[in-house]
Amino acid sequence: MTDLFTTIVSSPVARKVGVPQPTRLRRYEPGMPLCEGPVLVAGGGRFADGVAAWLGGEGVAAVSTLPDEGDKVGAVVLDLSAATDPADLDQLRLLGAPAVKALRRNGRVVVIGTDPATLTDVAEVTTQRALEGAVRSLGKELRGGATANLVLAQGQAHDGVRSAVEFFLSGRSAYVDGQVVRVDESTSGDVDALRPLDGKVAVVTGAARGIGAEIARVLARDGATVVAVDVPAAGDALATVANEVRGTALQLDVTSDDAGSRIVEHATTRHGGLDVVVHNAGITRDKLFVNMDDDRWHSVMEVNLRSVLRMNDAILGEGGLADGGRIVCVASIAGIAGNRGQTNYGASKAGVIGLVTALSRQVADRGITVNAVAPGFIETEMTARIPFATREIGRRMNSLQQGGHPKDVAETIAWFAQPGAAAVTGHVVRVCGQSLLGA
Amino acid sequence: MASQSTPRALRRVAVLGGNRIPFARSNGPYAKASNQDMLTATVDGLVARFGLAGERLGEVVAGAVLKHSRDFNLTRETVLGTRLDPATPAYDVQQACGTGLEAAVLVANKIALGQVDAGIAGGVDSASDAPIAVSEGLRQTLLAVNRARSAGERAKALTGLRPGHLVPAVPENVEPRTGLSMGEHMALTAAQWGITREAQDELAAASHQHLAAAYERGFFDDLVTPYLGVSRDTNLRADSTVEKLSTLKPVFGKGEGATMTAGNSTPLTDGASAVLLASEEWATEHRLTPLAWFVDAETAAVDYVHGDEGLLMAPAYAVPRLLARNGLSLQDFDFYEIHEAFAATVLTTLKAWEDPDFCRERLGLDAPLGSIDRSRLNVNGSSLAAGHPFAATGGRIVASLAKQLKEAGGGRGLISICAAGGQGVVAILEA
Repeated sequence: MTDLFTTIVSSPVARKVGVPQPTRLRRYEPGMPLCEGPVLVAGGGRFADGVAAWLGGEGVAAVSTLPDEGDKVGAVVLDLSAATDPADLDQLRLLGAPAVKALRRNGRVVVIGTDPATLTDVAEVTTQRALEGAVRSLGKELRGGATANLVLAQGQAHDGVRSAVEFFLSGRSAYVDGQVVRVDESTSGDVDALRPLDGKVAVVTGAARGIGAEIARVLARDGATVVAVDVPAAGDALATVANEVRGTALQLDVTSDDAGSRIVEHATTRHGGLDVVVHNAGITRDKLFVNMDDDRWHSVMEVNLRSVLRMNDAILGEGGLADGGRIVCVASIAGIAGNRGQTNYGASKAGVIGLVTALSRQVADRGITVNAVAPGFIETEMTARIPFATREIGRRMNSLQQGGHPKDVAETIAWFAQPGAAAVTGHVVRVCGQSLLGA
Repeated sequence: MASQSTPRALRRVAVLGGNRIPFARSNGPYAKASNQDMLTATVDGLVARFGLAGERLGEVVAGAVLKHSRDFNLTRETVLGTRLDPATPAYDVQQACGTGLEAAVLVANKIALGQVDAGIAGGVDSASDAPIAVSEGLRQTLLAVNRARSAGERAKALTGLRPGHLVPAVPENVEPRTGLSMGEHMALTAAQWGITREAQDELAAASHQHLAAAYERGFFDDLVTPYLGVSRDTNLRADSTVEKLSTLKPVFGKGEGATMTAGNSTPLTDGASAVLLASEEWATEHRLTPLAWFVDAETAAVDYVHGDEGLLMAPAYAVPRLLARNGLSLQDFDFYEIHEAFAATVLTTLKAWEDPDFCRERLGLDAPLGSIDRSRLNVNGSSLAAGHPFAATGGRIVASLAKQLKEAGGGRGLISICAAGGQGVVAILEA
């Protein structure tokens, strides 16, 4: 989606005269190495050894000290989960600063901490909470497509930490920056790294175009059988997507009363089960609050929020989503930071965040996780229609200085869907390149 | 000496579902779409609905009535452009407006015989993107030029060219042997049977109202895939009433007695349809639930040229033969799908079955077939509302009736389609 302005500012001439150039992000393709170059694993926390051993198994060199001067590292994983006193935070700087200097393009900084919510000692909570501020600030300093993210662990369980570290090191998280992910003690065992969703049946609503179509492609690439859902009026585009991913097309309006039961029926009778549901269908009907009419308000609430609540009743009912299943919602930066002209949309997307929090607790005993992504500025047909100045600001005002791709949103959703991500639930991960909005 | 193999037992044939693009009045939104474009989109929609991407089917059979000479292999070329496995064979059929249903009969028969396990039957027609041929005089001249062996001979052949030869030959909706259009033929039959204008307008209004209601309740959500921005049949007038239809001027028939208008006759239409048929085993293997079973079919033809019979009366002959073979009466059906080429066609056919003289003299029956419960007729609308892309009508009806039977929790349905050349194709579905 290249417009004239983008063509000019990214031209060789512009580069020569010093116009800042966004880095081409390293995005995941099957078979790609997890990381380019060795990974420095340090910090002395309880997960560091496990992470280093696992990296070795993945064919990635894990080193405990920086290589010789001049040699670069692909990523640095700092395990500060054992830090109990603010003085321990020195380690972050002493180990991290030289490593960040030696970071390659598209490098990664992943810090592992202990979830402060599981701690009681005041000094310890203070110390662990401090990591978040450091990581988010570092994210804003990093250049060249590098990102910094924080994984907060509970207890001794490694599976969740490993899954989150893998996600943040890989090209799947290209546009995820400055995020904090909490992992619980759920275990998941080994998964097929190339086809983590092999044998899973995934339903994607709003799959006819844009981000939804990309979610369908990425889930299918990772091995899932995809049921692509969209309104009957979008059936032609939907058919193209369904055929491309070798799934099935299901034309239905998510706001109809029986949408959830029809989805369950289709998935179970045609594909033998239901493992992943991605509630991606959504609409915007922007208007200033004082001018907002019934139709704009209600249609946005109905499609973005109420239909999700209704469908979940059927999906989580008898014979619906399998135990260990996944529900992934699509929230929005507008639901976190708000957006002018979007009181309806902002309300619906903030509502989605509430839904994720509450529902994740309710279904935890069935091993079902409920999460959401909150996309920032993503290059789609929709954002291509935003007026020029607003679009350029939206695109640049983030740590990666560029817009994300639909694929970036899809990759995060696919990660939530993985069996390995069993320890991640009740979360909203922003796919925004660490946007300044709502930060 | 090798022993002779025993014939295999016949298998039940399941109608698993269908797909069509919305039908559009000619020279409208599909004006620039070719038959191959429309059929490809339709088959791909079916492939998506049933998850058949990359699947090798036994065969795809389809056809078009108005067909370009370059489209001699229309269905095979279509298959190669779809997401089906390119190793899926295909062939074309053409039986005028009976094409779509005849295609279904052919596929069903192969499935019943065990020759294929699953196949797609379809049809497509564009009245907009019609083939236009050079005149016969120009064609003969060009062929003579082609045969010529020297420049001189070529020049000589070209002298045969006359200004009149440059007028192209456009396909016409007329019977070659009578020179009458189908509407004119129907008007004769309607007058002969005393079919009133009111009865025709009532049938037309009901067709629109039924089709609109079917769309409203989402009946077509898994039968239709939008195409080129169109998501409902463009001929549909949801607010159609007898009063509105009664204001239209007759277009077929002559003088005072003329009853057939543009409102109670089908318009020229572009569109395509396809149905998925399979054996029970194949359906089970693919986790698909049959909507209905394709039970039996019959084709009839009448001598409308020399005999004293109407052009579109063949189904009136086909149905009693089909009923007799299956031991059924005309009243043994829960749904009737009688293709509305014209409202008068449906009404004449029904009247003929009620007429003791016709049934005795023409059909050789002791008693008339009798009347049907009209509330079971074309319950989701038919061609007067949806439009009638000739070869696509059969597929539309088979898929809709099969789904209707499934929704009703079972039952039996009769399909009757009249065709040019004095032919008719009829079939029975059961669920």
